[in-house]
Amino acid sequence: MMYSDKVMDHFQNPRNVGTIENADGIGQVGNPVCGDMMTFYIKVKDDKLADIKFQTFGCGAAIAVSSMVSEIAIGKTLDEAMKITNSLVAEELGGLPKNKLHCSNLGADALHAAIENYRKRLTSRGEKAEPEAPDLHEHEGAACPYCDGPLDEEAGEYCRACQIELEECPSCGEITKKDADVCIHCGAPLKK
Amino acid sequence: MKAYFDHIAATPLNPEALQAMLPYLGEVYGNPQSLHSTGQKALAAVETAREDVAALLGAESQEIYFTSSGSEANNFALKGLAQAYQAKGKHIVASAIEHQSVLNPLKSLEKLGFTSTLVAVDRTGLINPADVAKAVRKDTILVSIMTANSEVGTIEPVAEIAAVCRSKGVLFHSDAVAAAGSVPLDVQTLGVDALSLAGDQFYGPKGSGALFLKKGTRILPLIEGGIQENGRRAGTESVAGIVGLGKAAAVAKRDMEARTARFLPLRDRLIRELPRFVEHVVLTGHPERRLPHHASFCIEFVEGEGMLLLLDMQGVSASSGSACTSKALKASHVLLAMGLDHALAQGSLVFSMIDGTGPSEIDHLLRVFPPVIERLRKMSPLYTQYLKERNT
Repeated sequence: MMYSDKVMDHFQNPRNVGTIENADGIGQVGNPVCGDMMTFYIKVKDDKLADIKFQTFGCGAAIAVSSMVSEIAIGKTLDEAMKITNSLVAEELGGLPKNKLHCSNLGADALHAAIENYRKRLTSRGEKAEPEAPDLHEHEGAACPYCDGPLDEEAGEYCRACQIELEECPSCGEITKKDADVCIHCGAPLKK
Repeated sequence: MKAYFDHIAATPLNPEALQAMLPYLGEVYGNPQSLHSTGQKALAAVETAREDVAALLGAESQEIYFTSSGSEANNFALKGLAQAYQAKGKHIVASAIEHQSVLNPLKSLEKLGFTSTLVAVDRTGLINPADVAKAVRKDTILVSIMTANSEVGTIEPVAEIAAVCRSKGVLFHSDAVAAAGSVPLDVQTLGVDALSLAGDQFYGPKGSGALFLKKGTRILPLIEGGIQENGRRAGTESVAGIVGLGKAAAVAKRDMEARTARFLPLRDRLIRELPRFVEHVVLTGHPERRLPHHASFCIEFVEGEGMLLLLDMQGVSASSGSACTSKALKASHVLLAMGLDHALAQGSLVFSMIDGTGPSEIDHLLRVFPPVIERLRKMSPLYTQYLKERNT
């Protein structure tokens, strides 16, 4: 089996699946083009995550990751939850197959997006929580869309860790894989 | 209950093929190229297998070249023919839904100065012979179009495409890996110059394949060395594998009609009933022009890998062309070429039947399928979004 027992357990019995009516924050990452899409709903009480629900379109790993993130984060303060990383989640799951590390392991990003959505809403009081547009992870410098690692400027648009060539998508401006047929962010066809 | 619906990945070894192979894994260990009687016994078995494979295709036995797989046969045809005929031109035509073992050789041929044109397909995966005619140029030397597509089951108009190629004076190769042994193929009637097949697609052993190459056609070897396979494919013959392939071909020829008669009602029932058991299920591929053992769908709002894992827990083995199930994490190029959008292509599911699949396997599948989909849709943000939009 390509997945650990822990991944299979979370895939078969995912914790905290669902939506929250009148959520305090909603975060969404990914899109069906790259295969995975996650929506996280949070309820906040006394600066702590009182409840988390998620919905995930994606592979077994993506579902297990979402479930694990929700389990780790419930009860944590917002600042603590913001420190949960995708690699910590993968570790807690007993590891993920190498080729799944990129795409499916976006659970922490989706949770962070929900928290950011909540905080933004606090500052502009009274507005209803709305899902943010997909793809919220902002980086200081250019980062590899697969492993999130920094790109080596000397090597051009190339991720040394994944050993793949990258380029800027002419449609959405995000960094995507060079010899792919379509952009993994927006799905626009890439010219050869 | 176990219900295996993954013919397109591998078929079980036919018991007659297994029996035929056993001596060549045991006492008959000679090298077919040896002059002594131990070797000659192996040679005789290889040549009988060659006759059986030729008979399945209506070919002559000297037109059959054994390979290690369908992929090798495709590589051999593409690279070998391109290089043998490059003085005439350097352009190749193929379709957008060819197997990777055709598309990737085309990519590496591009590095050697060849160019290629990929012909588009319609929504059912069908190739229009007129489009092939339009794609052929003055410098075109080869057209390679598959006989049937394993992901969507569509059977292509190979004879019509071959006629186009003949009238234009270009060679025609067909990747028949998904079709050979399952549907009648006669290389004379079809008019192909080269055709690939693989044993594991019709109850032969894995690691066995063959290329039919019409007499008088030049080709450069992919594997150079000794004089095996008429000097066109070096390497000591995989005798047991070849014998198993030959026996599987003989059985396929003998049983094809009976197998088809068994598969067709089961296939059509699945195509008819699956969309009745679950909403938002779309048939992929052509509704009639399709492999007899093959039913393929896209299930909206869910992703393929989750379906495969949950179905497997219910004893059902199937396959999918979703990005997540492929190691490359790219959605099926076949479904995208047919114009399906990414989200729908992610819900791809292929059920392909084998010898022994019967009504009870279909019953089991139809029983376990709806709860699996319901469970995944409950988790799917796309489904929630759809319900919200429907209710407003």
